[in-house]
Amino acid sequence: MTDVPSIQSPAIHSEDRAQEADHPASLVAQFGADQPLKLDCGVDLAPFQIAYQTYGQLNADRSNAILICHALTLDQHVANSHPLTGKAGWWEIMVGPGRPLDTDRYFIICSNVIGGCMGSTGPTSTNPATGKVWGLDFPIVTIPDMVRAQTMLLDRLGIETLFCVIGGSMGGMQVLQWTAAYPERVFSALPVACSTRHSAQNIAFHELGRQAVMADPDWRGGRYFDQDTHPHRGLGVARMAGHITYLSDAALHRKFGRRMQDRDLPTFSFDADFQVESYLRYQGSSFVERFDANSYLYLTRAMDYFDIAADHNGVLAQAFRGIKTRFCVVSFTSDWLFPTSESRALVHALNASSARVSFAEIETDRGHDAFLLDVPEFFDISRAFLQSAGKARGLDSKAFSSEVDTGSREENASKQKR
Amino acid sequence: MALQEQALPLGGIAPDRTGKYRSDHLLVAEMIGRGARVLDVGCGDGELLQLLESRGIDGRGIELSREGVNRCVAKGLAVVQGDADTDLVNYPDDAFDYVILSQTLQATRKPKAVLENLLRIGRRAVVSFPNFGFWKMRLQLLVGGHMPRTENLPATWYDTPNIHFCTIKDFVQLCDEINVKMERAVALDLYGRPVPLNLPWWVWNMFGEQGVFLLSRGGAGK
Repeated sequence: MTDVPSIQSPAIHSEDRAQEADHPASLVAQFGADQPLKLDCGVDLAPFQIAYQTYGQLNADRSNAILICHALTLDQHVANSHPLTGKAGWWEIMVGPGRPLDTDRYFIICSNVIGGCMGSTGPTSTNPATGKVWGLDFPIVTIPDMVRAQTMLLDRLGIETLFCVIGGSMGGMQVLQWTAAYPERVFSALPVACSTRHSAQNIAFHELGRQAVMADPDWRGGRYFDQDTHPHRGLGVARMAGHITYLSDAALHRKFGRRMQDRDLPTFSFDADFQVESYLRYQGSSFVERFDANSYLYLTRAMDYFDIAADHNGVLAQAFRGIKTRFCVVSFTSDWLFPTSESRALVHALNASSARVSFAEIETDRGHDAFLLDVPEFFDISRAFLQSAGKARGLDSKAFSSEVDTGSREENASKQKR
Repeated sequence: MALQEQALPLGGIAPDRTGKYRSDHLLVAEMIGRGARVLDVGCGDGELLQLLESRGIDGRGIELSREGVNRCVAKGLAVVQGDADTDLVNYPDDAFDYVILSQTLQATRKPKAVLENLLRIGRRAVVSFPNFGFWKMRLQLLVGGHMPRTENLPATWYDTPNIHFCTIKDFVQLCDEINVKMERAVALDLYGRPVPLNLPWWVWNMFGEQGVFLLSRGGAGK
């Protein structure tokens, strides 16, 4: 049998990714040996750096800052073109003038997580002690470590309290960690499509992805960069598996059904006969262009370890006791990776802590990824929640006159077309 | 009769000059003091919660329908999607000053358990419900021979969400049974006006289109 093309090798050279890891096309906050990041695993990481992007203006009393926490495979390039792929920012639909995260009103910050590969210190970065890439010598990081690093960035920026912390999936976990560990620094929180702990099924999917990476001979025990290879097949397969979990049966069926790819009859081979196969291979191939395999191992691990209740004697409500933060919890009906039941458990714990919480489950067949897509109901809820929180925070009262209705959404859509 | 003994005069109901709010909502709002922490169970599209928040009351809501919740959240209200029958148990004791059950009791599966939970979570409860003893209801069953339908309860018997109708008299009996104290009781007529207090109880049960009750926990040794 001939070699079947599946995951294409990346067109972007590994040197570009390595460049982005140490000298990113972003703002960078550097922390010296005197300011170590104290990791949960016991290691003091120093020196280290955080790459971040900002949008909009910080107001005079520094009260309008919103931190966006990004998901597993995303980065700080929320609303600008990606330095490696040139593609549009991953949340431009949500962030910009007149959008729910309105850059005319709020100062938006998004930083690459610790352990990431887009400029914050991670396994792709150069270890200053050896002058070589960290690789698997990089210490294991956790969600609390990521958030601890973010607090150091905010200290550096002189922002004491965030008006809002928002994020979906792994970003939502960071939001919850923020509220559990630093409640006094968070005025409002918008955790989306997430959970207070990673479920056994989700850990299982992550293990599948990690094993796919490590089974690729090009992984070379994690030292692939020394030998100028990259386990793009393994990472591509991990992405394909992950991507299935981000969608839903209904969404896949609606999008692809059993339709064939550029052919009418099956080829009786293992070629990508079906559109859904071709789509997944494309997803795998495009992912390896911009993402590092070792980073994928570290970040999936960080999610697996996440369990807020475990850090509070097994009682979730303890984590939020007496909290003043205003919450808006959002889940999506067809999300089977972080199902509504997980959000509901969070809401029950918040209720038990007498927190001010809203909870909306949004009906969509688009699965976990719905938070990244054009789901108007989600935009309306986010916008209204931020506006009412803004009123309570005393942010420019004129700017927060009620513009909740559909008119603003249409305006939004037309802005998007432009 | 318990109702006559326990019904206390109600302070003047603020006139709804704008016509923006329902009269039963205004009545409920009158019963709740400024700055109170309130949970509205079955808050619908948040009309009552908005009224309460406009009066400086710290309001939260639970609503079963997803559309209702999303409309509330879009209004900036703190509302969660949930079911009065199953989710009230998740709230701690004394979490609120008042818990409101507005026009929802008759749609619960276990009204008695719900009522008990209201007064566990809240120090006081405000409950309003359509009175099935209202003369129009009685007349429709007596003369028409069919299940009653009114302007406010237009659903047919087979598609109504209301599965546990009661009369004002029935409700008073339930309160007695589970040792709930009635601090205030008002019957509103078809036009949302209070039925005069000096009339005997059976008039209320006959001419009250709905009842609005302010309840608190009864004393220990009833």
